[in-house]
Amino acid sequence: MNIEDIRKDFPILENRKIAYLDNGATTQKPLPVLERIDEFYKKYNANVHRGAYSLSVVASEMYENVRAKIAKFVNARFPEEIIFSKNATESLNLIAYSYGLENLKKDDEIVISIMEHHSNLVPWQKVSKVTGSKLNYMYINNNFEIADEEIETKITDKTKIVGITHVSNALGTINNIEKIVKYAHKKGAVVVVDAAQSIPHMKIDVQKLDADFLVFSGHKMLAPLGIGVLYGKREILNKMNPFIMGGDMIEYVYEQETTFAPLPNKFEAGTQNIEGVIGLDAAIDYIEKIGYDKIQEIEKNLTLYARNKLSKLDFIELYLTPNEENHSSVISFNIKGVHPHDVASILDGEGVCVRSRKPLRTTSYEISWNRFNM
Amino acid sequence: MEDLTEVYNELIMEHSMNSYNKKELKNADYSEMGHNPNCGDEIKLQMKLDGNVIKDMAFVGHGCAISQASTSIMIDTLKGKTLDEAKEIIKTFIGMIKREITDEKELEKLEDAIAFKNVSNMPARVKCALLAWHTIEKMLEKKDENNGK
Repeated sequence: MNIEDIRKDFPILENRKIAYLDNGATTQKPLPVLERIDEFYKKYNANVHRGAYSLSVVASEMYENVRAKIAKFVNARFPEEIIFSKNATESLNLIAYSYGLENLKKDDEIVISIMEHHSNLVPWQKVSKVTGSKLNYMYINNNFEIADEEIETKITDKTKIVGITHVSNALGTINNIEKIVKYAHKKGAVVVVDAAQSIPHMKIDVQKLDADFLVFSGHKMLAPLGIGVLYGKREILNKMNPFIMGGDMIEYVYEQETTFAPLPNKFEAGTQNIEGVIGLDAAIDYIEKIGYDKIQEIEKNLTLYARNKLSKLDFIELYLTPNEENHSSVISFNIKGVHPHDVASILDGEGVCVRSRKPLRTTSYEISWNRFNM
Repeated sequence: MEDLTEVYNELIMEHSMNSYNKKELKNADYSEMGHNPNCGDEIKLQMKLDGNVIKDMAFVGHGCAISQASTSIMIDTLKGKTLDEAKEIIKTFIGMIKREITDEKELEKLEDAIAFKNVSNMPARVKCALLAWHTIEKMLEKKDENNGK
């Protein structure tokens, strides 16, 4: 498949002269994803895990099959290690509330990096405030990377949780997760990996990374809005209490007490976003049809082209690592003396959709791209 | 594109790059902070009164060309006006940006601030143009509350 063929799969790009470069915020949806959702409502819609009628049984089967498929997609050991959520943010809150609040004590330490998205930062502030634990940061060096030394200084014997993004949404830096996990485990901490910006671009293997938790959002990987995933090691998830209470997550309910359902239902209270799950299934099919190798090849070419062109413009400051192998496909830059929102408006006038933001307290803004933009 | 070139015109660029209104006002009677949390734009607006007349105004802060120019041009427009005249102009400006007031005659009282008319066609930038105007609105509301008016 070449880029023109891929572009044709995205109805929103049809007859429109736009370059959609804001895939870091959300991706557009290909036709096979839209069609699968349409088909679900026309042929299979019913609530899952409820009715004793065949329509509901089929819907439940479809729903559980996707769980098994995602487990395979990220190489989890068991399907019940995959929990459906609203998005990466909700997954991270689940970890913060059900693991963080219940396991951290005064003087324990939480370590996150300065390049975390707010969703992997603000929940830890809450945990820190409530439990009296300390929130420490790993900072970046001049290459916009976290140096080994920083990892080994900040993660200590007191560290109980390490939160780290796989790929930075602001800088495109690919963090060395395996190294961080190894060091954190040596110190007895659990590691929470935010894969929202990496899974659209690269193969994720949770066993190879040895992450204790890993989260991502569907809508950043061609799936519909409102569906996310939490992966957790079974032995850890089993020991955790539920995050949201309600139907479907219970075993026995008495007037004053309730016992909870086993994994994965324990963490999926209330009617779930079945449409989202079905759409995520189609999105994974679409990604696998193109293949991560091909996606990486296209992205690498685009990224190198952009790095090359942008670095020749003397009015532009680039915020990215010089080590190409540590850089994904997000490019942050600043046009000297011009506010990012003005730049975004002017580019919008030319049909170029970019994000404008102020990451890491420097005025700059990012373009991020994905396989289907040109 | 037309909207864009009309918005980023000479007057607006001049006020955003190098405004003579951007400074601390000594002995200000009133001061108010304005903030757009989504984009980080922030201003501190200061006002000095002479009886019922706005004698002087200034601002400090940072933000995009539209928010900074809008603040500076607002100060030019409101300086020397009575508080009642100012309130009328503020209402008209907000009405123009929200497309609730389109009558050319009515918009004349905005003087230079009419330069922002096309921002009403750029929904993503409306909050930038309105930052200063909402800030002074808040400042005057607080003033009236304290005066028991």
